[in-house]
Amino acid sequence: MGTPYFPGCTLSTKAKNFDQSGRAVSEALGLPLVELTDWQCCGATFPLATDNSMALIGPTRILIQAEQQGDRVATLCAICYNVLKRTAVALREHPEQQERINWFVSTDATTAGLNYQGKVKVVHLLEMLRDDLGWEALTQRIASVNGANKVRGLKIAPYYGCLLLRPPNEMMLDDPEAPTLMSDFLRALGAEPVEFAFQSECCGSYLAASKPDVSQGLSATILQQAARAGAQALVTACPLCQYNLDKRAGSERAGARLPVLYFTQLLAVALGLPQAAWALDGHYIKPDSLFS
Amino acid sequence: MIKRALVIGGGIAGIQAALDIANSGYEVVVVERLPSIGGHMAQLSETFPTLDCSQCIMTPRTVEVGHHENIRLLTYSEVVEVSGSAGDYAVRIRRKPPYVNWDLCTGCGVCQEKCPWKAPADFDRGVGVRKAIYTLSPQAVPNKPVMNPEVCVRLKSLAAGEKPKCGLCEKVCPTKAIVFDQAESMVEEHVGAIVVTTGYDLYPAARLPEYGGGRVPDVIDALAFERILAASGPTGGKVKRPSDGKEPGQVVFVQCSGSRDPEHGMPYCSKICCMYSAKQAILYRHRVHHGQPYVFYIDVRAGGKGYEEFINRAQEDEGVVYLRGKVSKIFRDGDKVMVWGSDTLSGRKVEVAADLVVLSLAAIPSAGSSDMQKVLGLPGDDNGFYASVEGELEPMSTARPGMFVAGCASGPKDIPETVAQASGAAAKVLALFRTSGNRPGLREADLAGLPQPEVVAA
Repeated sequence: MGTPYFPGCTLSTKAKNFDQSGRAVSEALGLPLVELTDWQCCGATFPLATDNSMALIGPTRILIQAEQQGDRVATLCAICYNVLKRTAVALREHPEQQERINWFVSTDATTAGLNYQGKVKVVHLLEMLRDDLGWEALTQRIASVNGANKVRGLKIAPYYGCLLLRPPNEMMLDDPEAPTLMSDFLRALGAEPVEFAFQSECCGSYLAASKPDVSQGLSATILQQAARAGAQALVTACPLCQYNLDKRAGSERAGARLPVLYFTQLLAVALGLPQAAWALDGHYIKPDSLFS
Repeated sequence: MIKRALVIGGGIAGIQAALDIANSGYEVVVVERLPSIGGHMAQLSETFPTLDCSQCIMTPRTVEVGHHENIRLLTYSEVVEVSGSAGDYAVRIRRKPPYVNWDLCTGCGVCQEKCPWKAPADFDRGVGVRKAIYTLSPQAVPNKPVMNPEVCVRLKSLAAGEKPKCGLCEKVCPTKAIVFDQAESMVEEHVGAIVVTTGYDLYPAARLPEYGGGRVPDVIDALAFERILAASGPTGGKVKRPSDGKEPGQVVFVQCSGSRDPEHGMPYCSKICCMYSAKQAILYRHRVHHGQPYVFYIDVRAGGKGYEEFINRAQEDEGVVYLRGKVSKIFRDGDKVMVWGSDTLSGRKVEVAADLVVLSLAAIPSAGSSDMQKVLGLPGDDNGFYASVEGELEPMSTARPGMFVAGCASGPKDIPETVAQASGAAAKVLALFRTSGNRPGLREADLAGLPQPEVVAA
């Protein structure tokens, strides 16, 4: 058993540390993730025009694959989560669109003869921790770990970014203006959540490629505000946020040199998993000293 | 036809309606949820556009209600059940225990003076504190205190079955009016007509997390700022911000905080904010001469006698800076409150490092309105206000004969419009009474011996 899992492109390349720590913690908590046997890129952006069928084909193929393996698909990446979840909502609300895309993909090599039935629920691992496991159970699990909890007492700023929570009426995960999901998660780990006014502000996203000064400015403000609120590190669920913030923090003109961790890395540490599962490699600002 | 009226709600609308009916020779029962009458108008510092002292122009009316031979005033009370039909409505009213025998109490105030227990005062919108035994204001009508069972240590110890604590008020009361074991009581009234004047509340700031969600101490609502400006308020009229008591040098007023915003469920205009914010900005400038007020607005709605001139005065003579644009985010940054907005006239993003932010929160139906609508059997409109039977030509008439609505209960209104509606509703009640032949004050029981109308079998 286990939950069908869509790693996505970034977690297979630039953010392998997110994937590794994610698989390790879900295994340890009895929520194993089973990678889809055959998957492709989700497209990484949900189309702004609802009749843009082309952009929905990629994510629909993933939903079809998931439907062969179960009634859910789990993601770690906030961007994949956003694209898949909004696609599932769009197809549910527009049956004619679902029919059109099904007609298209039925001739496709990977999904030949298959139709999307509209049954897949797209879930994020944070959502599984909250709803499948529960914060109380996670707290107890952390408390039962042998040895010192290296996360206990750390002041961590939760950073949601844009796509994990927005648009709220489609994502239905938490209130984007006053979220508590990551703070609850951090408390369950024994860490001290440092809420700040920029926890769901934009990091600049893809502007890192086209207008780096804009994204650098936005990321610097987020880092500075987290530092001023007293945070020792930030935690995120998005590889692009992690990249933008971490790179900015590591730059010479950085506002604040804060490590930026994936929530799965922090969880792996709190669970006392072997250091390989922490997957703390590949950071501009090395987070290791937090746990020494 | 019972020629007595019930007025539900003792704000300026209820006061006006009650006085108009009572002065025409009919009895009126006024039911007010709070310990004293006056409503939101009693909280205001000055009124627009004349800058009259709100308390000063209202006090003659509250006092008249308190002393009127035709008015039975039931404060600290709530209507819980209404049955019957026009001409004879039976009304059950729950009277909350003030833990004070109001017949013995002289209103001397020594209990409030000596009471050692304090809690934030909701009359002051949390800016000030009040004792566990309190009146809403020094000009309260009736000037009799009530005890807050959630703050009073004696009442809490009694409720927990513990050894009774404190009891200082009982010791100092010269007329032995303190009654710790007072229970709530019910009264029943029979009336021929009902005027609903239940007013408005402000949309909770907690539901605007983008504006700090009520968690930034120096982001307050406009009624709190009225209390700060009021000479009888918690700061004695000195402009001090809540966090550190400092005089704010930069104050930002944010219009349409929740109003005209379908995303928050309030697509309507709250109507009064443009004017009261201009007034507050002017009053702030009069108190803090070097201070700079800013007003973020969508557009200025100043339809009313002398209103446009008042806005021009704020902009041209009083140095209030108007910025046309929505505010996107408000957050605390050190000892400043950062306000992010846009100025759509210059096309630029604006950031103000403010010392105090005043939100013009949407005016919403007063708490409990939907329950009261069920009690009365009256429909609410899409936004929860009382629905008029015909908005244009019968704005005070409701779906039920003999029931009328006035003031903010049917939607946001300023004071002149509220008072006009209240007098209008009173006129409707009087017309109802005049078109029926029975004498004032007659009840169904009194009618028993009189000739009955013929009933024609269907």
